Parts: sequence; structure tokens; C-alpha cells
Amino acid sequence: MNLPLILFFVFALIAVVGALLLILAREPIHSALALILVMVALAALYLMLGAEFIAAVQIIVYAGAIMVLFVFVIMLLNAGVEERTDWSKMAKFAGLPLGIFFLLELAHWLARSAVGATPASGSSGPITAVSTRELCVQLFRTYLFPYEATSILILIAILGAMVLARREE
Amino acid sequence: MSAVPISYFLVLSGVLFGLGVVAFVFKRNIITIFMAIELMLNAVNLAFVAFARAHNQLDGLVFVFFVIVVAAAEAAVGLAIVITLAQNRESLNVERVNLLKF
Repeated sequence: MNLPLILFFVFALIAVVGALLLILAREPIHSALALILVMVALAALYLMLGAEFIAAVQIIVYAGAIMVLFVFVIMLLNAGVEERTDWSKMAKFAGLPLGIFFLLELAHWLARSAVGATPASGSSGPITAVSTRELCVQLFRTYLFPYEATSILILIAILGAMVLARREE
Repeated sequence: MSAVPISYFLVLSGVLFGLGVVAFVFKRNIITIFMAIELMLNAVNLAFVAFARAHNQLDGLVFVFFVIVVAAAEAAVGLAIVITLAQNRESLNVERVNLLKF
């Protein structure tokens, strides 16, 4: 057991426990805090994978901006304890078997990959952090058009949010 | 020195995505369902970063960047819709939201 492996399991455990808490919590605000836990753990995993710029963006944009938006809306709407579902026919006869099938498939996949444990190419080399400079060169040369398109997308999103949230007279 | 095989990261990504799907299906609060979508996006991002690492290419990281940007736009518009719904229906339960026109 070496240090990177231990660190991976610690952060993976934090992420999975956070995701479980998101499902089990009855109050939306608890779910939001659990999701922030998952995002911080994922940022640590990105650092382990050498993606330091993505880790910083994950913390600043995801855990910072987006989750603040969520918490803000939860507070604004005064969202309380959620009601339990009264298992409809659809959920009983279609949802439950499909969910169990999905979990079984996931377990099968997990078991197989644990046995196979294909060492991916590049995983044996030393981790050199991807320099932010290289990433930005890629972003502004190869992916310049998608980058500009996202700025228009964000503009439209701002307008859409303002139109939707406006109170009707 | 990376002693952690890439497949471990992919398995974790799969587990998180599965939990996101479970949350999406089981939760009844519309805000929590949104959070389940964010969880699934995060799981996919982890897979992107892991593959970028495995193939020593930067394109995966650029895609993660775009996914985060689109997620931010989606959260802004989605939460605006949630606020409008909550004002009209006075409930956050998705089972109450079964009509397009009220």
C-alpha cells in the first residue's frame, strides 16, 4: 500500500459517502452540503491526476459559484423536508426492476474490472502536472470556436434566467 | 509517480454516476433532482480527466472545462425555472408538477 493509493481510497470514500448522503438526506440543504463534499473530494482526485487547473476551476466554479446558487435558491424558497413518494404503478413495475438491473450490471462491471485491472497506458509514468499554459494554448487555438460559442451560450442563459425569474405583473 | 491505475478512477466515476441516477430517480424534491444531475456531470468529468491522463492528451481537460461552463449555464436557467414553478404551484414536489399549463 503506497501513499497515492491510500490517498485515492480516502478521497474516493469521501466522494461515495457524500453521494450516499445526498440520496439519504431528507432536507435539500443537507443534500447540497453533501454535494459540496463530493465536489471537493473530486477536486483532490483531479490534483492526483495532474489536472491542477481543472481542480482549481472545480473548486471555484462548481463548489463556489454553482453550489452557492443552489443554496441560495433553497434558502429563498424555504425548502423543507421533502415528501416521500407514494410508489406509483410505474415505479413498482418498471422503475424497481430496471433499477435493480442497473445496479447488478454495475456490480458485474466492478467485479470484472477489479479482476482484470488493466493497467492503462501512461498510468505507470511519472505524473507531470499538465501546465495551465499548454491547456490554454489548446483552448484558444484548437477549440477557439467552441470557446466563443460558450460565451454566447452564457449570454443566452443570463437572459433566460432573467426572463424566467421576473415576476409577472 | 502514479501508483493508482486509471481503471480505479473509471470505476469510481461509474459508481458516482450510478448514485446520481439513483438520486435522480428516487428524490422527489425538484432542487435535489437538479443536484443529482450535477453529480452525474461530475462523474463524467472524472472519467474525462482520467482518460486525458491515460492517453496523455489535453483534449479531455478542455472538454471538462466546457462541461463545467455548460453546467453553470444550465444551473442558472434551471433554478430560474424552479423559482417560477415554486411561485406558481407553492410546492417543490415533482409529483405535483404534472401539467404543462395550469
